[in-house]
Amino acid sequence: MADQGKARILGSAIKRREDPALITGKGRYTDDFTLPHMTHAVIVRSPYSHAHVRSIDTAAAAATPGVLAVYTAADIESSGAPGTVPTAWLLPDIKTPEHSLLAKGRVRYVGDGVAVVVGETRQAARAAAELVEVDYDPLDAVVDPQKATAEGAPQLFEDVPRNISFDWDLGDKEKTDLGFEGAAHTVSAELRNNRLIPHAIEPRAALADFDEHKGELTLRMTTQNPHVHRLLLSLASIGLPEHKIRVIAPEVGGGFGSKIHLYPDEAIAAWCAMQLKRPVKWVATRSETNLTDAHGRDHVTRAEMALDAEGRILGLRVDTHAAMGAYLSTFAPAVPTYLYGTLLSGQYDIPAIYVHVLGVFTNTAPVDAYRGAGRPEATFVIERMMDLAAAQLGQDPAEIRRRNFVAADAFPYATQVALEYDSGNYEPALDKALEAAGYAALRTEQKSRHDAGSSKWLGIGLSSYIEACGLAPSQVAGALGAQAGLWESAKIRVHPTGTVTVYTGSSSHGQGHETTFSQIVADRLGLEVEQVEVIHGDTKEVQFGMGTYGSRSAAVGGSAIANGVDRAIEKGRRIAAHMLEAAEEDVVFDDGQYTVKGVPDQAKSWGDVVLASYLAHDLPEGMEPGMETTAFYNPSNFVYPFGTHVAVVEVDSETGDVELLRYIAVDDCGNVINPMIVDGQVHGGVAQGIGQALWEQAVYDDNGQLLTGTLMDYALPRAHMLVSFELDRTVTPCPHNPLGVKGIGEAGAIASPAAVVNAVMDAVSHRGIRNIDMPLTPEKVWRAIQ
Amino acid sequence: MGHKIRVEVNGRVVEREVEAHTLLVHFLREDLALTGTNVGCETSLCGSCTVWMDGEAVKSCTQLAVQADGTTVTTIEGMRTGDEMHPMQQAFWEEHGLQCGYCTPGMIMATSALLKHNSNPSEGEIREALKGNVCRCTGYHNIVKAVQRAAQGGS
Ligand code: FES
Ligand code: FES
Repeated sequence: MADQGKARILGSAIKRREDPALITGKGRYTDDFTLPHMTHAVIVRSPYSHAHVRSIDTAAAAATPGVLAVYTAADIESSGAPGTVPTAWLLPDIKTPEHSLLAKGRVRYVGDGVAVVVGETRQAARAAAELVEVDYDPLDAVVDPQKATAEGAPQLFEDVPRNISFDWDLGDKEKTDLGFEGAAHTVSAELRNNRLIPHAIEPRAALADFDEHKGELTLRMTTQNPHVHRLLLSLASIGLPEHKIRVIAPEVGGGFGSKIHLYPDEAIAAWCAMQLKRPVKWVATRSETNLTDAHGRDHVTRAEMALDAEGRILGLRVDTHAAMGAYLSTFAPAVPTYLYGTLLSGQYDIPAIYVHVLGVFTNTAPVDAYRGAGRPEATFVIERMMDLAAAQLGQDPAEIRRRNFVAADAFPYATQVALEYDSGNYEPALDKALEAAGYAALRTEQKSRHDAGSSKWLGIGLSSYIEACGLAPSQVAGALGAQAGLWESAKIRVHPTGTVTVYTGSSSHGQGHETTFSQIVADRLGLEVEQVEVIHGDTKEVQFGMGTYGSRSAAVGGSAIANGVDRAIEKGRRIAAHMLEAAEEDVVFDDGQYTVKGVPDQAKSWGDVVLASYLAHDLPEGMEPGMETTAFYNPSNFVYPFGTHVAVVEVDSETGDVELLRYIAVDDCGNVINPMIVDGQVHGGVAQGIGQALWEQAVYDDNGQLLTGTLMDYALPRAHMLVSFELDRTVTPCPHNPLGVKGIGEAGAIASPAAVVNAVMDAVSHRGIRNIDMPLTPEKVWRAIQ
Repeated sequence: MGHKIRVEVNGRVVEREVEAHTLLVHFLREDLALTGTNVGCETSLCGSCTVWMDGEAVKSCTQLAVQADGTTVTTIEGMRTGDEMHPMQQAFWEEHGLQCGYCTPGMIMATSALLKHNSNPSEGEIREALKGNVCRCTGYHNIVKAVQRAAQGGS
């Protein structure tokens, strides 16, 4: 650790090390790679949301000049490859019908792949794809998760009655019902969480290269978790042994969850490369990403809250239909269950909670984790209910929250929905947010506008959120159905001169790992950041690791690195003691120096000690030479960041237009490694959540056609639609990891939808309007006002 | 049938034969290996592919390569002078104006072109000017700050 005289590297806003390449056009994303004899694959996709495939005629396509091959499911089957896309999170009694790489006899959503064309050029493959003749026999479709469970609804799979993949619950139903019996007030609402398309700006892509002599496949792809993809590809998709597959994540242009999951396309590219013995590149077009990237959210929920006369919550009942889409994507079952039901206690001390969820197949793109994954949905439910309760009881939204917060001295706090909050202090974050917003003044202005009969109604919305992230304790994950552990790995390779290369299983797609991880190492070893190199995203170089999602990189990946470095420091201490002829316990390490306690001139530098470890001329008895450590960090709990966000909006009562005037975010993610990067994560998350609240929605018509398949009709937030955000933080360190850090990648997207919707409802509530479903477009708001 | 075009790209004159339907962005990325210009949508809606043509920002997915015949094109790779970054590149770095970096080349080309017309834009003008460029990572907050910094001479 650095001494007081020197500014600490940990906690400082150093500029990102990855940026010089990215801002000069030297960042290399998957599609930027070209290999000799490279070919191009194009997937032929179903235009029907639900149909039997009677036959596929590939002859004309195959005969096109420049086309090398056209394959269908039958070809994959006869190759002996497993040919499936697996689900890696299982629940009790879950139904997981097979999802094959290419459709076998039936398509279930628009975009479902039926064939693949490989050509010498992308143009040739695209043109030939048009010539593949598929004879479809259309079936009725269902896109709404509630309607899909009705008797007689179109059924996607023969053996999944009423399209219910899983029926899951959590909490004590009886106790919750009891809470309602004695309640002074009950509040209920139907809440929809709109379906979203993640929209990483880099479309998904893969470049597969098969070395037939070594039997090795190298797959560059847009992935947030290369080792997990290698494992799933090996076991379920292409059948090549794991050690013969190398997955590389080059620069990855955003993910937000959408690049966690294994999709058919990347696996098909890999399989094609193995058939053709030539490199195969596949790059999604924007409309393909919109059709086939796993979507997010899509819940229909009925929630009821019981309160006593003072506004203290007595119970919460939640019933949710969660759309799964046409197939169960990789981690889909976890999202509306363990990442949702468990978060419904929010920041509040709720004595009884019961949540029931149906996971339902629909004729749409699969749904899986998207920034926040389950936690924004939970936060939306609880934070909307708090406001509805406040309105019904005539209380101020801030006060009803304060009244129900888990008390600062109650941590660790066990919720009624299976979590133990590690640390928290919710009131200071609320107070800071209210103060930054000028809450009292805003209320005064709201009233004076109202009294003056202004047509521009002011609305103020709060969202006090909690999230469980840093996914997560492996034991817990295993007990909850994960087919993987959720630890992280780090290898610390110290070179003879004392500089360090870190190999981390947590690979970056925009989060700045190379910067923050080198800050952790440099801070601990008294090095400069430039003396540390971070390697990630290549299964051949890096030991198995779990990847980047669930705001886990700092808390889990960073902790693994800290532990690995500490092990190296420990080994160095033994060597230093030996060199200094001192007792080991008398040797301390600080700012790159080993010194003997009380004898400051008796010192050995980190470099001296490391060199000695490699020279190995005189090491302590029995010690092996060299300086390299590996750490696998398995957290003992999730981490629980929290905060309060405030949105201030103006609703034009004549047009229904909603203008976001201000957005204030006070977050607590424990200790901060790099405040600039933390703030950037909040900005991005908040923008996505505001997008969900006001503009974004994936819309399917009743036939399962995606009506928002392009950027023309899917309204992504653009610069002129947003404001500059006002950020602040409180710091409540995590008590159970070596860095005291929590996570921040998802917080913004978790908090903001509720803050914005609460603000709009606050503006219109004097008209007796209780709820409008997201996105709050001018038309919907206007209609509600009329 | 191929068409011969002659374009000055990043200060070098290149002559190539291109197909009539080849988009400028594909010409830059595939024929000239200038992969710094990214493709986000290929339908003129995201701005990732923004370059300068005769000094003006254009979306290179909306231009045919043949339309670039006789013009001067600057891509992100041509923004540095020697080892020195363009003030806008430097400002994006200082202000953390990028995360995944995918939209960034287009953002830098679009915003630096803006400053040529309006050397001191207001926040509102910057945001309006960025209408055609989507970033999914930054929420635009730090992109706006980067443009302001570059406008103030990078101090
Ligand atoms: S790729 Fe040109 S605007 Fe999107
Ligand atoms: S930095 Fe990722 S899209 Fe802008």
